[in-house]
Amino acid sequence: MQIKYFSWIKEHIGKSEEEINLPHNVSTIEELMFYLENLNDKYKRAFEKKDLIKIAINKSYSSIDDKINNTDEIAFFPPVTGG
Amino acid sequence: MDHDLAKNIKIKIQIEDFDVSTETKILQYKKTGAIVNFIGVVRDHDERTSQLINSMTLEHYPGMTELEIEKIVLKSIQKWELTGVTVIHRIGKLLVSDQIVFVGVSSMHRQNAFDACNFIMDWLKTQAPFWKVEENDNQKKWVEFRQSDEDAIKKWKK
Repeated sequence: MQIKYFSWIKEHIGKSEEEINLPHNVSTIEELMFYLENLNDKYKRAFEKKDLIKIAINKSYSSIDDKINNTDEIAFFPPVTGG
Repeated sequence: MDHDLAKNIKIKIQIEDFDVSTETKILQYKKTGAIVNFIGVVRDHDERTSQLINSMTLEHYPGMTELEIEKIVLKSIQKWELTGVTVIHRIGKLLVSDQIVFVGVSSMHRQNAFDACNFIMDWLKTQAPFWKVEENDNQKKWVEFRQSDEDAIKKWKK
């Protein structure tokens, strides 16, 4: 699974993307966030303000309960500030 | 969708600047009677802190940005009778007074162009995955989203 990070989430984690193998016990975005934030303090900090984090599955806005699988591209980012 | 109109939609994410008069001319088709342009530019200060800035850098989510803007533009042409739509959004490092975004809408009559331009900008602000970081000599700071942008889209949901 490919995971992309943007803005301050990317800066906290220290990378803009990574490839992971989805652990067997992870089947939703919420579980993925829980898995990631327990990897180390960088992820923990990045996912601290959960209510601010927007999620995309395969480049489409998604919610925390959505199901994911190993071929998906997941993105985590703060509220957008373009325009 | 009107086949002619599909050809008259332009969506670009680019580092380069854009020329407003060139873009305006592109929107002028034979049926066009009105063109409304919106241009967003870099302010010299942070809105919350009033601190002066030198520049800002824009990043985006390639692929998703284009899809989101396309969805917004498609909604606008379903809602109003338009003759052309152009959205150009710049990325990378921009200096104070640089142009950031161009939204141009043409239609037969002015009200449709005014409304559609407003609609596209309101939705772009809250949906298109861009992020701005403001820079001055001492620091860089990610711009926080504004509740007023979120509130602005409510008028289109009625």
